[in-house]
Amino acid sequence: MNKMLNVSVSPHLRSETGTDSIMRDVAIALMPPCLFGVYMYGWRALLVILISVASALGAEYLFEKLVHRPVTVSDWSAVVTGLILAVNLPATVPLWLPVLGSVFAIIVVKQLFGGLGQNFMNPALAGRCFLLISFGSLMTNFPTVDGITAATPLSALKAGESVDLLQMFIGNYSGCIGETSVIAILLGAGYLLYKKVISIRIPGVYILSTLIFIVIVSLVSGRGMPEISFLLAHLCGGGLLIGAFFMATDYVTSPITPMGQIVYAVLLGFLTALFRIVGKSAEGVSYAIILSNMVVPLIERVTVPTAFGVKRRRKGEKA
Amino acid sequence: MKRKTFFRGIHPADGKALSQECPIRSFRPEGGEFIFPLSAHIGAPAVPIVQPGERVLLGQMIAKPGGFVSAAIHSSVSGTVKAIQPRTTVMGETRDSIVIENDGKYELFPGVGEKKDPGSPEEIRKDVQSAGIIGLGGAGFPTHVKLTVKDDSKVEYVIVNGAECEPYLTSDYRMMMERPDELVEGLKIILSLFPNARGVIAIEDNKPEAIRLLIERTASESRITVQPLVTKYPQGGERMLIHAVTGRDINSSMLPYDAGCIVDNVATVIAVYRAVVWNEPLTTTVMTVTGDAVNKPGNFELPVGCSHQLLLDEAGGFSVSPEKVISGGPMMGTALFTLDIPVQKTTSSILAFAVDPVASHPSGPCIHCGRCVAACPEQLIPQMMQDAADHDDFARFEALGGMECIECGSCTAVCPAHRTLTQSFKYGRQSVRRLRQQAAAKK
Repeated sequence: MNKMLNVSVSPHLRSETGTDSIMRDVAIALMPPCLFGVYMYGWRALLVILISVASALGAEYLFEKLVHRPVTVSDWSAVVTGLILAVNLPATVPLWLPVLGSVFAIIVVKQLFGGLGQNFMNPALAGRCFLLISFGSLMTNFPTVDGITAATPLSALKAGESVDLLQMFIGNYSGCIGETSVIAILLGAGYLLYKKVISIRIPGVYILSTLIFIVIVSLVSGRGMPEISFLLAHLCGGGLLIGAFFMATDYVTSPITPMGQIVYAVLLGFLTALFRIVGKSAEGVSYAIILSNMVVPLIERVTVPTAFGVKRRRKGEKA
Repeated sequence: MKRKTFFRGIHPADGKALSQECPIRSFRPEGGEFIFPLSAHIGAPAVPIVQPGERVLLGQMIAKPGGFVSAAIHSSVSGTVKAIQPRTTVMGETRDSIVIENDGKYELFPGVGEKKDPGSPEEIRKDVQSAGIIGLGGAGFPTHVKLTVKDDSKVEYVIVNGAECEPYLTSDYRMMMERPDELVEGLKIILSLFPNARGVIAIEDNKPEAIRLLIERTASESRITVQPLVTKYPQGGERMLIHAVTGRDINSSMLPYDAGCIVDNVATVIAVYRAVVWNEPLTTTVMTVTGDAVNKPGNFELPVGCSHQLLLDEAGGFSVSPEKVISGGPMMGTALFTLDIPVQKTTSSILAFAVDPVASHPSGPCIHCGRCVAACPEQLIPQMMQDAADHDDFARFEALGGMECIECGSCTAVCPAHRTLTQSFKYGRQSVRRLRQQAAAKK
């Protein structure tokens, strides 16, 4: 033997699935909503997406160079952040807005807290909420689509108007670049489920509990029993589906314990319903997710399961 | 029959095709130094009963048990005792060892290999003890201790572990295929100790030939059944196996006996048969030599104490210079820094990789994806446990169930950030054990 043998602690096998391949799969899964946005809103949407991704990558590269950390732009996570921010923007925004959003997401929310895996909030959503609070009118200036008013279906619902469910399913209405088409989102979600990047646990419980809490909140707040079409419009409209499959499932900012994931998803559903029905604005998914992100450490603390073969000790019982 | 299994676990690439069709070849080196560490088992070290310069024969006891929980050691060759001195073992530790120069004659010690009828339960246990049999699945716990329980009538299952869930290993499979009758007879001997027990031979369903053969050979045995298991790692882990076969759960503070079970590996049961019926002490081991860096992968039966290097030469040496050589399976085996160390009773394989998967997958930051949680057969949260262990927060490590970890490596093998979780857990568990000992010493 002419070279030294490697020595390491077992196991000696490693997964071929890596952080980069997972992030790449998420980027691939975001393609259908992105492409649909480009189809709907044209080159302007494409420009917003490209600028958002490019500035996320640029911010990550420059910051890591500046603080002498290893450059991690090749792990695809900044691409995903840029894409998620872009699908949550209207195509009409001025082009400096996605730059600002991406830079805030990457530098303030992600890198300042320690980089990949250390952020306590979903960077893209925090970036979006930052933009929403600071530039509200720019962020809700949705482009007009042929024959449909510029109001989003959810604000129409809020005003007591009715909406066309079929058009919502296809995505033929105004909204953010990637959130409108149910078909495109489900296509991407299906890919993530098929590749086992996400499990159905969080999105499934989130969507179901949103609908249940919409009923409860409507009843409790004296609005009466909502109609089925109202519920379906809430299901297909706004950011619920894309939020449930692409943002609530963000690994870093969702609980790792199986029971915690359910608690988290129910909390998401409750907050979303509360914001949408009683809140001032028509939408509530982004705020619901970043607020729930912040209680994830607490949820994890109380949902650590007991190990295999260990009986759960009742209170006061000794070991 | 319905396949049984446990909750969670992983499906690593199995690599068994390299060697599973290679019949066991007997390998008896013509010379060489044979090394017998005095503590190659769990329990007290054995006590040497030979002197340097003394001639010993194959099957002759060279060290007696150092207590009840200890095991005898027999020479696996005939030759001369060269020295009793510290030598490096598979685990990388230096242990007092008996060194014997093999004369290549393999002259038998009188009485070894003479057929006899199994005696009373006490005699069977004594035979097992004096044959130096230890758990050959890897742990090396003295088998006669396992077979000595408080109340024989409370044992309901004697489970033969034929899962062989470690990737690449095929020695248990070959033994089931080539020595099914010895296995069944061995199981019958163990069953004779426990009046209320039934024997279950549990085999993963990636070995359908072995399942078929053993069902055929046990057709007339009313007390023995063959139980197919789902192919999933770590199906052969003692707690997972007991859960799969009986539906009962045990934890780190319990013994299989607490669930009415005795679990023994295929090789151990065959060793019991040979000890009780043929008066043969345990002096050989069946090993798989495999991996993409090995010229002629295969299965070999060789004398314990032989150096890994001699066995590797027998398998045609390396086809390419390997980056990593492992004694044992890829999931729980030990990486070797040299091949110049002796094979022990529990050694099951030499596995050589041309490219080391560990070095070629550097670890990155945790992305909190939960794949470790979905993999852990102990239903722990490895991500949190690593955080606790790496920060020396051993109280939290224990509270998270760290002492329940069986170090199976599933979490580490599925981690997309390639984090060395198992390494942290070994450290955490050793630290907790050390702290417990210190606390006990203070009292």
